[in-house]
Amino acid sequence: MISTLFVVAVGICVSYVLARKEFRGRELVDILFTLPLVLPPTVTGYYLIVLFGRNGILGSYLYDLTGWSIMFTWYAAALASFVVSLPLMIKTTRAAFESIDRNLIDASYTLGHSEFVTFLRVVLPLAKKGIIAGAILSFARALGEFGATLMVAGNIPGKTNTMPITIYSLANSGEWSQANFLVIFFTVMSALFLFAANRFSKRIL
Amino acid sequence: MGLTVRLRKDTGKFLLDVAWEMENEILVLFGHSGSGKSMTLQLMAGLMEPDEGYVSSNGRVFYDNATGINIKPQERRFGYAFQDRVLFPHMTVRENIFYGLLRSKRDGREEKVRHMLEVFHLEEIENKRPSEISGGQKQRVTLARALIGRPDALLLDEPFSALDNTLRIEMRQLVMRIKKEFDIPIVLVTHDILEAYTMADKVALYVGGLIAQTGTPGEIFYTPSSPDVDFYLALNFPFLANQYQK
Repeated sequence: MISTLFVVAVGICVSYVLARKEFRGRELVDILFTLPLVLPPTVTGYYLIVLFGRNGILGSYLYDLTGWSIMFTWYAAALASFVVSLPLMIKTTRAAFESIDRNLIDASYTLGHSEFVTFLRVVLPLAKKGIIAGAILSFARALGEFGATLMVAGNIPGKTNTMPITIYSLANSGEWSQANFLVIFFTVMSALFLFAANRFSKRIL
Repeated sequence: MGLTVRLRKDTGKFLLDVAWEMENEILVLFGHSGSGKSMTLQLMAGLMEPDEGYVSSNGRVFYDNATGINIKPQERRFGYAFQDRVLFPHMTVRENIFYGLLRSKRDGREEKVRHMLEVFHLEEIENKRPSEISGGQKQRVTLARALIGRPDALLLDEPFSALDNTLRIEMRQLVMRIKKEFDIPIVLVTHDILEAYTMADKVALYVGGLIAQTGTPGEIFYTPSSPDVDFYLALNFPFLANQYQK
């Protein structure tokens, strides 16, 4: 949940910049943010360890300052979900932003409204459905996150075990009935999410 | 008073190089599609930046490459009606018009919107969405929205091209009324010769990004300034050329 909130906030900002601003390296930024979508989750997880691990590039500063590390806490699980689901949000939202008629934005400018006001009053309402679809998709993706989470958060019962990881443990230890229940639950839920996302994204076209 | 415009922009495929001045009157930018008329409006409004030029309205400079002045579109105070009547689809007629007013003081806004709804005969559809109203109504909303903030000048980009003939005549009368009531410069872009002829105080004839001639409609159509203009008119508007030769 928390990761999805961040995904929505960051995703909207990043995709607005990607959709509206021309700058050098724009496609590079897009690729960087999209990479987690295609990279094996273990590779993404590995990068996160390199960055945020106790001896990582950012993590070491944090550890020196506070004696605390994000690794193997639920924050790490949220971070992993965030990084992995962000691309879905950015892709969907960027497409929604880019489908808005440029003239509408120009019209708002000539009526004396700043870029920020225009964003709030014209761009966001018109891209609303795309944004909701993106949020649903990335939430579904975040729930299903397994590989990167396992690498940075581990599998500590009652603390960092997400649903997919629990299923993995159950299957490993042969507790089939419980695993079946969770698997079916997960499948139905994901299908519902996709259904919802489709309904929203269809209407923006 | 009035507008002074000098613009040059080379996009690689197209070169625009024009200059004209106007008072509180109707100036028609007349010419074929792709002759740089709409581009002129966009450059004036600051939606595009020229390579060099000068734009001023009532003595206030909006753009001048010599002194580096480039005022943002938000602060240029032009009422701009776009070619394809871009209303905000998520707002009602009323909200669309109101949106043109957000930058002004709070009190009296309701009355101003009401006044505009009356002037443009939109009271009955004020709560409808743009998708539920007709082309002529949309055009009236666009004009109301552009005018409610009391702009210094009105820029109209092919405002009636999508309307049928009866509506066009109605809209032309409306623009004449706007001219009287608001007393501001109105720049009207069109490729319709009748519109140019009947509405203009002054015509700037655009040919391939350059101005071939500026003058009253009579001067342009009956006493072309050069063989080139004559040739252009004869070639593109044969009915007019015949008349002229008689």
